[in-house]
Amino acid sequence: MIALVDYGAGNLASVRKALGAIGAQVTEPRSPDGLREATGIIVPGVGHFGATSSLDQDWRDAVLDAIGAGTPLLGICLGMQWLFEGSDEAPDTPGLGVLSGRITRLLGGCPEGTRVKVPHVGWNRLEMAPSDTRPRPDSASPPLLAGIPPGSYMYFTHAYAAPITDACAARTVHGQAFAAAVERGRVWGVQFHPEKSGPVGLSVLANFARAASTNAGRGAGGRSRW
Amino acid sequence: MVTLARRLIACLDVRDGRVVKGVNFEGLRDAGDPAALAARYNDEGIDEIVVLDVAATLERRLALRQTVAAVAARLFIPLAVGGGIRTLEDAAAVIDAGADKVSVNTAALADPSLITRIADRFGSQAVVVAIDAVRAGDRFVVSSHSGRVPTSWGAVAWAREAEARGAGEILLTSIDADGTQQGFDCVLTAAASTAVSIPVIASGGAGSPEHFAEVFTAGFADAALAASVFHDRACSVRSIKQFLSDRAIPVRL
Repeated sequence: MIALVDYGAGNLASVRKALGAIGAQVTEPRSPDGLREATGIIVPGVGHFGATSSLDQDWRDAVLDAIGAGTPLLGICLGMQWLFEGSDEAPDTPGLGVLSGRITRLLGGCPEGTRVKVPHVGWNRLEMAPSDTRPRPDSASPPLLAGIPPGSYMYFTHAYAAPITDACAARTVHGQAFAAAVERGRVWGVQFHPEKSGPVGLSVLANFARAASTNAGRGAGGRSRW
Repeated sequence: MVTLARRLIACLDVRDGRVVKGVNFEGLRDAGDPAALAARYNDEGIDEIVVLDVAATLERRLALRQTVAAVAARLFIPLAVGGGIRTLEDAAAVIDAGADKVSVNTAALADPSLITRIADRFGSQAVVVAIDAVRAGDRFVVSSHSGRVPTSWGAVAWAREAEARGAGEILLTSIDADGTQQGFDCVLTAAASTAVSIPVIASGGAGSPEHFAEVFTAGFADAALAASVFHDRACSVRSIKQFLSDRAIPVRL
């Protein structure tokens, strides 16, 4: 059962619908305790980083406990940004801090004679990180992006973005390169919206659902992967 | 190199649960079932769908919600909905029904704070400000009420104002070009698109693949919206995208 974390930031219905389309079982826990039963956790979101302040200490602790227990987690858009230390969009709102680095605003403007608009809205390409720089050099591709062809178009809508760090599994360029997908152990994040990126986006969610289903039965206290 | 694809958007003008289409905002005729058309365009590779309720009234709002829910049910690409969005509650209702973005027009002209209120609640990415513009000499005058009532706003000035108030995108329609299939108004589009930093969607006048190429180059459009050219199967989404790709315009193929 995948737990969808509802903190009032938008696109819950779309993510629920997409998970339904790939046959995943979904629950929406009303309290942080509900995460204990989950075999996977999705933190969706769209909009302003300040909205993540609704995820109070109890939620943060529950998410960190689940990560520590090896439960797969996927942050989408704002949910991915929340995994980092913080964001210039809301400097007083701390991120979860499981990934190092800070979210900054896309620069925009006219580099090299092109016009780069911010927010970055629309379909853009994924460039997979070279295997030797990936956090998982032993595998051909991160499990989340298994079967996703390099150069696939995904739907983005955001003005702030994550830096390229050693957690970056795929990047996208819009005036500057930013992290489009991140991975650390069984914690994943995507800046794009897999629930709005057509069949290839649904494949990303299916990959996550597969990771969550293989986690089923491990139970709480499973060994942390990182 | 720019990799962000130029978007092709199919517009479904909906009235009483059916897709309709007119010329210069007049003479509406039936063009099919919204959910069936949306599914077809999705299969053909459309990048986004817009549903506009062209006869939005209080009693029809429930019908629009049903239409939105039916269109959204099997759609996994962005969906914008407009027409008769007067309040934050109206916006919340269509988003709740499955829309990712709401398009506001007349109500935002009457009370521009509506843009900010929707953006504060749902984020700027959820707010599209639709602008209907008419040529008046060398000016572009914004009109409200489906193009019937001229306002004191120029199109570029209103686009800038909408951006400042929190709009995430501008949907810019040339009423003169709408439904004519004689080409987009690239002068209007370029004027607005180069004046704001948010994406501008060009609308009105699409009739051929060349028209799309023009509006993405001479018009600096970030996206282009069309209705009749898709409904009538004059050209398929895929054939237009191939035409653009052959001319080095980035599209999602």
